[in-house]
Amino acid sequence: MARFAMVIDTALCVGCSDCVVACKTENDVPEGFCRDWIEEEVRGTFPTVQLTIHSSRCNHCSSPPCVSCCPTGASHVHEGGVVLVDHGKCIGCKACIEACPYDARFSHPDGYADKCTFCIHRVEKGLLPACVAVCPTHCMHFGDLDDPESEVTQLVRSRPYHVLTPEAGTQPNVFYLTRGR
Amino acid sequence: MTVLELTSNRHNPGIDPLLNAWGWEIAVYLFLGGLVAGSLILGGYRVLKSPRRQAGESYPWGPLLGVLLLSLGMGALFLDLGHKLSVGRLYLTFQPTSPMSWGAWILLLVYPAMLAAALLYPPERVPFGNAPLARVRAWSEWVHARPRLVQGIGIANLAGGAALGLYTGVLLGTLGARPLWNSAILGPLFLISGMSTAAAVLHLLSMVGANAKQDSFGDLLLSGLVRLLNKDTGKSSMVRYDQSFMTIELALIGLWMIGLLTSTTAHRAAAALLLSGAWAPQFWSLVVLTGLVAPLVLQHFEFIGRIRHTVIPPLLVLFGGFFLRFIVVGAGQGSHW
Amino acid sequence: MNRRQFLGIGAGALAAAGLTSILGGERARAATLAKSGLRTIPTFCDLCFWKCGAVATLRDGKLWKIEGNPLDPLSRGRLCPRGTGGVGATFDPDRLRRPLLRARVRGEEKWNAVSWDDALGYLALKLEAIKAAHGPESMAMFSHGLGGNFLKHTLKAYGTTNIAAPSFAQCRGPRDVGFRLTFGDDPGSPERTDIANARCLVLIGSHLGENMHNTQVQEFAQAVGSGATIIVVDPRFSVAASKAKHYLPIRPGTDTALLLAWMNVLVTEKLYDAEYVGKYGYGFEPFAASLAEFTPEWAYPETCIAPEIIRETAREMARHRPATLVHPGRHSNWYGHDTQRSRAVALLNALLGSWGRRGGFYVPAQMDLPGYPYPPYPKSTKAKVDNPDQRHPFAYEALTTGIREATITGKPYPIKGWMVYATNLVRALPDERLTLAAIQELDLLAVVDVIPSETAGWADIVLPESTYLERYDDLNVELFREPFIGLRQPVVESPDDQKPNWWIARELALKLGLARYYPWKDIEEYLSTRLEKRGYHLADLKRDGIVLGKKQPIYFEDGAPAEFATPSKKIEFWSSQLQQHADAHPGVKGFDPVPRYEPPEPCPSGAYRLLFGRAPVHSFGRTQTNPILHDVMPENELWLNAGEASRLGLRSGDRVKLRNQEGIESLPILLKATERIRADCVFMVHGFGHTAKGLTRAFHKGASDVQLLTRIKVDPLMGGTGLNDNFVSVVPV
Repeated sequence: MARFAMVIDTALCVGCSDCVVACKTENDVPEGFCRDWIEEEVRGTFPTVQLTIHSSRCNHCSSPPCVSCCPTGASHVHEGGVVLVDHGKCIGCKACIEACPYDARFSHPDGYADKCTFCIHRVEKGLLPACVAVCPTHCMHFGDLDDPESEVTQLVRSRPYHVLTPEAGTQPNVFYLTRGR
Repeated sequence: MTVLELTSNRHNPGIDPLLNAWGWEIAVYLFLGGLVAGSLILGGYRVLKSPRRQAGESYPWGPLLGVLLLSLGMGALFLDLGHKLSVGRLYLTFQPTSPMSWGAWILLLVYPAMLAAALLYPPERVPFGNAPLARVRAWSEWVHARPRLVQGIGIANLAGGAALGLYTGVLLGTLGARPLWNSAILGPLFLISGMSTAAAVLHLLSMVGANAKQDSFGDLLLSGLVRLLNKDTGKSSMVRYDQSFMTIELALIGLWMIGLLTSTTAHRAAAALLLSGAWAPQFWSLVVLTGLVAPLVLQHFEFIGRIRHTVIPPLLVLFGGFFLRFIVVGAGQGSHW
Repeated sequence: MNRRQFLGIGAGALAAAGLTSILGGERARAATLAKSGLRTIPTFCDLCFWKCGAVATLRDGKLWKIEGNPLDPLSRGRLCPRGTGGVGATFDPDRLRRPLLRARVRGEEKWNAVSWDDALGYLALKLEAIKAAHGPESMAMFSHGLGGNFLKHTLKAYGTTNIAAPSFAQCRGPRDVGFRLTFGDDPGSPERTDIANARCLVLIGSHLGENMHNTQVQEFAQAVGSGATIIVVDPRFSVAASKAKHYLPIRPGTDTALLLAWMNVLVTEKLYDAEYVGKYGYGFEPFAASLAEFTPEWAYPETCIAPEIIRETAREMARHRPATLVHPGRHSNWYGHDTQRSRAVALLNALLGSWGRRGGFYVPAQMDLPGYPYPPYPKSTKAKVDNPDQRHPFAYEALTTGIREATITGKPYPIKGWMVYATNLVRALPDERLTLAAIQELDLLAVVDVIPSETAGWADIVLPESTYLERYDDLNVELFREPFIGLRQPVVESPDDQKPNWWIARELALKLGLARYYPWKDIEEYLSTRLEKRGYHLADLKRDGIVLGKKQPIYFEDGAPAEFATPSKKIEFWSSQLQQHADAHPGVKGFDPVPRYEPPEPCPSGAYRLLFGRAPVHSFGRTQTNPILHDVMPENELWLNAGEASRLGLRSGDRVKLRNQEGIESLPILLKATERIRADCVFMVHGFGHTAKGLTRAFHKGASDVQLLTRIKVDPLMGGTGLNDNFVSVVPV
């Protein structure tokens, strides 16, 4: 069983939002909405400051609360562990939006719940997700964590990493690398 | 080092800057759902306790009012749906891990239970349509001739009401992403609050009915309910029920907060939203004081005859019951990991 | 695809598959795409001046997306966010649609739509009138970017020589002059910085990562990834600072003091590249002697950088030389003595031996592609108007602000017409009041643009140009790591009555009776003619978007020529040109042959120095109406030190106004109270606070820095407009 994952090297990310823009065009995300975004965290006091930048999106959790709460089965786990929404089945009850600790979902103007798909339409053609393919800093990686040879597996094996809000217990599949240490 | 500045360029309507995907519609739905659940339980209890229709009693109105209110609640829920045309999808599947799926099916099962309960106590006369009424009364007799069936209807009302009432809280309680909701207490809390509001409605209706003229349609409508009141003292059994429900409710709110305050930082922060944070003024003033403490105190004094019996306490109970839902829905969406 | 195949894809395989599907068999790709209703057309980007190669994808005949062209050495297959969002320019509802003639008074933004024939006829009449009354030189042109080539050609044929771009006196001019005085050449555009191979990268006056010059940011990430030492000097904790080993929170305006102290350490501790300096240097001894007084201890009170940090960072730079790159920056007009500061940057690089070396500044290569063989332009009898008496002797390009001044004063001769191409002059030049005063003196203000900018709002005639995705432009014959030629070609048709600039320029020339300057009938003929001269074919470029030249050695150590176009033919530590000028004009300040430090104006109490910069998703003031980019960043924020903010009782998210030293107030702007900036300055991203009514999406969103930049410090060497001596107070709204 494949387990698709994204590995993002925060040490390289400059927060340029190219991933956000590429997603908007690739997926025709309507104006005023986004499926991925940039978060910045500032710690410390000037000039001893730490800035951490995250490109964030649906974490395609292995234990996805958005799927278990869906009353119609519209939210489902696709092959490779990708969490998707079947637009036709979705009634727009927004329970999944409430269920996501990352606030990664939103109501599409057409009424259904929408979010990142890991660009499954590209991945199934052998392409990288649009955000990964466009990143000018090459800080984003995508692949199969169940393949021991894959780049993402190698990265999470060899580098320290964290996931977002692990305490929510959702087992996210977007991993953030931190440098050295 | 703690995070001093957190910025995001996400800008999704309903999500940012604070989650607000569920609005008043959901609060109305949860409130009416709870109220109807409470009236099902009270009605079911009534059916089990005195299955025989008493002379001159007609009592279809409680369940029929339930049908109406529940439909209003579902209407509010429907208004909130983004993809209204797909609403039928709810009934093409059953998703065992989804409280909302459970809820959809429970709602479907609650309707026949309420209608059956209504059938048990048909009115003796109606302003028009007496011919169909005769048929209904015949059905009612048929049912009454079968005590096991009557018992079944009573149990169905009790069970349906409990399921519906619990569901309104469990729906929120299972959404672990919102720490404020993330408590098993929400189920019982919303159930008890629902029973409290149902008792308040019945109490209100009985008061309106008691003052009505004998022959009026309003009296007809309410005459059955009036029997629930002890005419001799003017002290309603509903009031007594309600006093207990509200006491339990206060205790459950306390337990809920204790549960959150003894949990993770996120849960503590969530409790603080209600106790001392952004939602505290509304929570303390609208839910605790106006919706619970004030009616408890007023009814106590009414009960011991120190003050006049008025419609104010049950109105306050309804008010508090709605704002409990409204504030829990709103503040819960403001709580996060 | 069966389950096994699908699930078996690893990331490596994914990437490889992704690449082959783009690079591999062009024909196969076309066939697959055609089946899926998709079509790809290569072109190059115009969201900034970097000119990245791009591939646009059409879905069922409609523009869908645009991605980097993998063949292109600039984008390396990945566009920056602006480029990726470039498709938004085509469906921007605010864009200009048809030629407009001013209906009433200037600046009222009331128009009558007219036909192209009428518009160009009107324009030609006006041009002829100016020529008849004042001579063709009284018509000036301002232009930005490659797209202006054809209009410049028409105006040169018409007879004017007064053609300027804000990119010189308002942007990279001081840097280029400083480097030219030192190395005989400038860092170029795209800069010849070998960031990818640098072992130590020093950013002083550059915020790479926020400044989104594509190749540079890609290489910056490479450098960070490979563990290069990053040293960032900035009053603001930039994104780059967050990647740095050393962050030096310098007091604004004191960079030269730090640069001199660094060089002092390198020289006194003999850490510089003595062999390189010996081989290529001129005037090193007197230069070294001039540094003696500029110790780290001397620099400390100026810069607020502790002496031990200055020494430590200087040694760090020396440790990695010659692969230590002190980035030249780009926008370098800060304090009016910026050429000298840029020269200090150049000299620091020279001491480290990085010019011409791997990890420093490579030697770029360009393909030999001659221009179109036009007849010679008419000879002008008048000197250019922008720099009378060569008062800024090292201004090797025309000065926009010089033309503006001449327009206001009428001296040395009157300027009566402006043709403005793709630059929002009102917002590109400091002190808007002067620009508007100059416009009042004009008989003609013609604007050719895609969007209804503030400048267009003041125009007499506005000509709507097709976006870069709807037109051909001149070839991009790039000077870069490897030489190449890029083609811009139309991807979709213009939605309304917009026209490509080449068509506008040609039609105008025909109306002006200048047909002999346009021997070609259409742009494809022009492009073909240029390409065929060297055996290249337009068809190849239309297919691939790019043709690569032969790689050449780009480092001295690999055989690239170590040539310096200075008078001494060497790297001038002691500038012979500045010496010559100082000798000829004794008493004129600022022309020291070695850089000296001039302290900035002190910040008045209660005020903050106004600093400005870039955001990755916007270019100048030109992209704020792009629906996609607007979505990501709809307005700018005022960065104010968190401590200062709480002292003023302000919080992030509050709306404030800025009031400058002359009492000019900005539009309301969101406050960002942050630990990422010093307490003596504030920062905002340039390009916001639009006031043009036609820019509906961007109208009154955020504030404009330019409106507050009314105190201009002119660089005596080259006429650059230093803007960082403007001070503002923060006023709650």
